Amino acid sequence: METLVTILAGVLVTVATYLLLSKSLIRVIIGTAILTHAAHLVIMAVAGLKTGTVPIVGEGDPVDPLPQALILTSIVIGFAVTAISLVLAYRTYQELGTDKLDKLRGNPDE
Amino acid sequence: MNNIIVMPMMLPVLLGIILLFLRPYVKTQRTISLLVFLANIGISIYVLQLIQQNGVMRLDFGGWQPPFGILFVADSFSMLLVLSSSVVAAACLIYSFSSVKPSFEKNFFYSFVLFLIAGVNGSFLTGDIFNLFVCFEIMLLSSYVLIAFGGRKRQLRESIKYVIINVVSSWIFLVAIAYLYGTVGTLNMAHLSERIAEVGQTPMITVISVVFLTVFALKAGLFLYFWLPGSYSVPITPIAALFGALLTKVGIYAMFRVFTLLFYQEQQITHMLIGILAALTLIGGSIGAVAYKDIRLVASYNVIIAVGFILVGLAVATPSAIEGSIYYLIHDIIIKALLFLLVGTMIAVTGQTRMDEISGLIKNHPLLGWLFFLTTLSLSGIPPLSGFIGKVLIGEGAVAAGAYVLLALAFISSIFVLYSLMRIFLTSFWGETIISKDEEVPAKKGWVVSTCILALGTIALGLGAEPMSVYIQDAAETLLNPQIYIDAVLGGN
Repeated sequence: METLVTILAGVLVTVATYLLLSKSLIRVIIGTAILTHAAHLVIMAVAGLKTGTVPIVGEGDPVDPLPQALILTSIVIGFAVTAISLVLAYRTYQELGTDKLDKLRGNPDE
Repeated sequence: MNNIIVMPMMLPVLLGIILLFLRPYVKTQRTISLLVFLANIGISIYVLQLIQQNGVMRLDFGGWQPPFGILFVADSFSMLLVLSSSVVAAACLIYSFSSVKPSFEKNFFYSFVLFLIAGVNGSFLTGDIFNLFVCFEIMLLSSYVLIAFGGRKRQLRESIKYVIINVVSSWIFLVAIAYLYGTVGTLNMAHLSERIAEVGQTPMITVISVVFLTVFALKAGLFLYFWLPGSYSVPITPIAALFGALLTKVGIYAMFRVFTLLFYQEQQITHMLIGILAALTLIGGSIGAVAYKDIRLVASYNVIIAVGFILVGLAVATPSAIEGSIYYLIHDIIIKALLFLLVGTMIAVTGQTRMDEISGLIKNHPLLGWLFFLTTLSLSGIPPLSGFIGKVLIGEGAVAAGAYVLLALAFISSIFVLYSLMRIFLTSFWGETIISKDEEVPAKKGWVVSTCILALGTIALGLGAEPMSVYIQDAAETLLNPQIYIDAVLGGN
């Protein structure tokens, strides 16, 4: 099962890299969001996908709660970062009239 | 008992939230945020004294004993940095009182400055590597907002690049943490250090350490600095000063912490890599500093040179080099803020950004000119200003370790720093006064006050090297003996 999740993370990283390297700003931002989710899957896979009982309050062999806590925190952060980059992208589009990264290079005489 | 060590992060967060509700009351916002930084200065001096008496302090959140809970650890190194970041934040805040437009002030400017400082202080204080990631993100999210404050075209363009590069580097950080947790099975830094010492630094762990090095190199601008000059030259002056002074330093701090506490066994691999990167950074930064005529870019490349210089100390890792690095780190936080404020003031009074379009500024602004000269001297390491002792100690350490190439590059870079800033001084301050006094924007009182505070800071740090050395030696000792840190965190359970 861990192998499958790792492969899935790899696929997500591939997709995200493709999107990050594209010229459209919106695609780049979606790429960063997918990239973060790939990292979440990596956290889950390296910590091991065990089937255990509820940690702390449950009885018997508990699962490790830490990776889930990490992923939860990271999802929240990723959400905030994506939100703010979308706002920035929209403002940039309003001001500069383009969402193509190759047109955002700037002038050499600045 | 130890609750006080959470204050440098908690005060800015709480009051930053309160300021969100005080949106129309600009005066109140200013007072509250300045009071927060003054309180932080007081707290950090007090905690520094406590650490000298009682050793490294820790605070377990929620009463969860380490290694299970998240905790804050305050040693001399982190408290010294919290102190200098609070001083710089206060100075930049005073500067922004008279330079930031009221419309920005009503749009949560001060809240985001407080959140930025909360993230910076949190990163210095945390004792948990995932919490370090979270504090980094708090700092970066506020910096994403602050860098775009003003919404000029150039600013938006550069901030998009800044955001994307930082999101990708945060992703690498997250993956590195995942690998570390998968390999060692803990995230508490002291516990990590203990476990890595037990099993030895296996090749797997060394690879993970290099992944961490990549992350922090991106954040600190160590060799991977391509994004830095563009991003640091666009924000409004007080924010540029805060960025130049603090953001790269957090990356440097993380590198020091991780490579002295966790991955210190395979020095011939990791520290050699840091040494090579530092050398390349020094070369690249020096070329950049003399290549541009835009004074903001020159100042940004000076940040990069300093990053390389400080990490020479980590690369050679002898006691005196580490001491020198800590000293230079504190010096650089203060002096880079001063440099960016002065450069911003020059641009504000003349409206020009290229040094060859500014001339004879010293006639109308003598204080600005002499402060700039003082900054130049301090940055290039002329005694008795604060850059001197750091440079001497790092040089001493490099000689002791036999790292002559690094030594040569570090000191040649100082000449480049001197040249790049002297060039600005000669072309912009001397010469014929081309802008008459009526056309210039008059300098404001807040600009003078804040730059003078920082200038006094660099003089005091240089002259007060002797009393400071107690704290700096303690900080270096804790860095070089991970056992002190481990005992403070895991002892007593």
